[in-house]
Amino acid sequence: MDKTVILQLKNITKKFGAKIIANNNVSLDVYKGEILSILGENGCGKTTLMNMVAGIYYPDSGKILINGEEVIIRSPRDAFEHKIGMIHQHFKLIDIFSAAQNVALGVEGEKFNLKEVNNRIKEMANKYGFNINLDKKIYEMSVSEKQTVEILKVLYRGADILILDEPTAVLTPQEIRSLFKILRAMRDDGKSIIIITHKLNEVMEISDRVTVLRKGDNIATVNTAETSEKELTEMMVGEKIDLNINRTEPVDRKLRLSVSGLTIKNSDAYKVLDNVSFDVYGGEILGIAGIAGSGQKELLEAIAGLNNYESGELIYYHPKKDKPVSFFHKTYRRVMELNGENAFKDKKGNDIDLRGMTKKDVKEIVNNEMVIFKEDEVIDLKDKSPREIRELGIRLSFVPEDRLGMGLVGNMDIIDNIMLRSYRKGKSVFLDRKRPADLADRIINELKVNTPDSHTAVRKLSGGNVQKVLVGREIAASPAILMTAYPVRGLDINSSYTIYNLLNEQKQRGVAVVFVGEDLDVLMALSDRIMVLSDGKVTGIVDARTTTKDEIGLLMVKSDKNEVKE
Amino acid sequence: MKKKNNLKEPFVRIVKRDNIKVKNIILIYSIAVIGGLLLSGFISMLFSDKGLFDFFQSLFEGAFGSDRKFWLLLQDTTLLLGASMALLPAFKMKFWNLGGNGQILVGCLSAIACMFYLGGKVDDGIIILIMFFASVFAGALWAFIPAFFKAKFNTNESLFTLMMNYIAQGLVSLFITIWVKSGSGVLAPIQYGNIPDIGNKYLLPIIMFSLITIVMHIYLRSSKHGYEISVVGESINTAKYVGIKVDKVIIRTMILSGAIAGLVGFVLAGSINHTINTSSANNMGFTGIMATWLANFNPLIIIITSFFITFISKGMTQVRKTFMFTNDSISNIVVGVVYFAVIICSFFINYRLVFRKKEKEEIKK
Repeated sequence: MDKTVILQLKNITKKFGAKIIANNNVSLDVYKGEILSILGENGCGKTTLMNMVAGIYYPDSGKILINGEEVIIRSPRDAFEHKIGMIHQHFKLIDIFSAAQNVALGVEGEKFNLKEVNNRIKEMANKYGFNINLDKKIYEMSVSEKQTVEILKVLYRGADILILDEPTAVLTPQEIRSLFKILRAMRDDGKSIIIITHKLNEVMEISDRVTVLRKGDNIATVNTAETSEKELTEMMVGEKIDLNINRTEPVDRKLRLSVSGLTIKNSDAYKVLDNVSFDVYGGEILGIAGIAGSGQKELLEAIAGLNNYESGELIYYHPKKDKPVSFFHKTYRRVMELNGENAFKDKKGNDIDLRGMTKKDVKEIVNNEMVIFKEDEVIDLKDKSPREIRELGIRLSFVPEDRLGMGLVGNMDIIDNIMLRSYRKGKSVFLDRKRPADLADRIINELKVNTPDSHTAVRKLSGGNVQKVLVGREIAASPAILMTAYPVRGLDINSSYTIYNLLNEQKQRGVAVVFVGEDLDVLMALSDRIMVLSDGKVTGIVDARTTTKDEIGLLMVKSDKNEVKE
Repeated sequence: MKKKNNLKEPFVRIVKRDNIKVKNIILIYSIAVIGGLLLSGFISMLFSDKGLFDFFQSLFEGAFGSDRKFWLLLQDTTLLLGASMALLPAFKMKFWNLGGNGQILVGCLSAIACMFYLGGKVDDGIIILIMFFASVFAGALWAFIPAFFKAKFNTNESLFTLMMNYIAQGLVSLFITIWVKSGSGVLAPIQYGNIPDIGNKYLLPIIMFSLITIVMHIYLRSSKHGYEISVVGESINTAKYVGIKVDKVIIRTMILSGAIAGLVGFVLAGSINHTINTSSANNMGFTGIMATWLANFNPLIIIITSFFITFISKGMTQVRKTFMFTNDSISNIVVGVVYFAVIICSFFINYRLVFRKKEKEEIKK
């Protein structure tokens, strides 16, 4: 690696509002022909810093130098003039244009000649090993293909410095590997590549040097070869931290939920879930892997009673065995319904038949807890609304992906959010805020929610604390099934591990935990079994202890249409 | 290097305030009110030879000048309060009910119809009882119709409720034509079914709508229904997620909203006007929107905003007389100026301005 400094940032500071300091006096050198990782937790200012290089933001103070000369970058166009190109996390492509059209779009000073554009792109593609069909329209492309177009777009404009914002977040392990191959080829060609990431293993694999940011400060820049994941984590978090997820063997596995042949069509009559079948057991964590939008959301929402489905069965096994009939089953009608299947015994173990008894007698027996369930109660969840599910006494907790849009109400305080699940309890027309307030204080204490008090609006909390409130509430309902969708997305490392530990704790208590995740490393370390969804279909259910990332990666892209390619 | 840094920091930046003390909020509003009134005074002076002192004197005289004026101020304040309480639950649910006028008007119409058809045939007490239920029912029905379509077909509630106003006005015109044989289009006050005075003739609405305000405050804050209204208003997805029947809440809340509006109509017809015309609702369906928004949907603060709005309009009537404005356009402008000052000051409660540092300081560095 030759040591020419191509890009220099000097004492860059950027503030948002009075309190938020996104970057504080950050200085950074980038060499020609290297891959530099910018590592840091969510919200530490990685993307902000690079957005200033790419002309999206303008720094409050500090200088940017390219090849030793100070430059002013006010817009992405200025950035291109200085041969800087950024590939953003959310792609900026035009869906109905082809790859080549998107690449050529907006390049000034040359006549639009698609043939020539095609040739030039092909040349570049061959040079670095891209594999792409230039005539394909963007809307027909997979995420990884779209990313390739974005990279080509930047290269086509002659960029020598490429910035990639979380490029691997949406890719399968196989796609990541081929991306890394391309990045290495570009580096060897003398280009400088900056990767923004929070994934340690990728940092170790791909980069030459790592710059660690923490809360807007540049903590250190080190050579990758001279550091370790552990050291980097400590720099990132600022303290020593145990990165092991303590996975226990499942105990007392009991069938809790059985899904069979579930099919859901969206408003375009497209099957977002196609004949999905699986079982969920108490005492284990079932991981669900898949490319974003493969039907994970619809699946969980269907189980929670929020989605109507075309066909299929959802059978819930209500933990009841050897428990007295009580609480939720006190209505006469419900008890008699259950009794129809001869489901009860008395305390001595003899079968008991309530049929033919008067309402009064049945009520008395039930109230005295003299009737006991023989087996777990079988409940068909088909076409049950969330309210009906709750009224049946089914303890199904759900931490949805959209925390503030579905799980919580941002403008309400913690107490009012805590009672979302339970406010209906009791016959009074008035709310009981006393018990939710106690629960809120307990959750704040136990999960170390960082908040001034329980009267603070939830939207004012940081992402990690919002999630703690939500997960805390769902766990407080002592669920039999706990479904979580991307529960650590956007969370810092400490909060993430708090959540993992909570899920493990629930598993040990016999709760059936469903964990929809995106980080395969975490899925493999936390789950007992992993179900892989691809385009709405279950492509496999594997043992998390023995599977490999490659195996899951292949299942993630497996489909009837295109053959799986390695 | 010749390229000079020609991108300067903007001259003024808007920065969001994180926390603002209640004291400062009151201060900002007071400045806005006083500033708005002063400005109004100056504008009025431009069109007349009277001075600023006369302006303020007439303003207060119009509102507090005599016992009768004072009682009228209270009565109109509470009527507006009633209209605002009708709108409030709907607004809390983010259901933009612009049909307050129509709902009040059908309430009036039902009451007058009872008075017209039953008057002299049955006892006044019974007429009043029937009037009460008819008004409340009519108001509720007028609100139920758009709510039903919103809940089932997701129609736009603002347009729908707005259009219902015109239907209500049309109905009033129609009935006046039927009832008034002379063709004058003016219905003479009806002597039957008049609600008897309690204490004096202004007290009924004052007591009734003050009570409703307190009840509404408790309903929204501490009842399960009120809680559901807030959740539905904030996020329909969350409401569905926790199993709230959104359709039911929308319809239920709008029926309540319309019923209170109908009640306002009942009081207007039975206790105050004893007659009806197309503008009997006195535009309270819209002024109520302003009272509600200015108070940031807090029922107790709506008492203040209703009072303020009524005070300004009463006071300006007097100013108009003193300043000898022959039409009401100037006083309307002046009222607009005051409202405008109050409305823009809410900007300063959420944001503050930061000006660019002096150029020289930058260079010194």
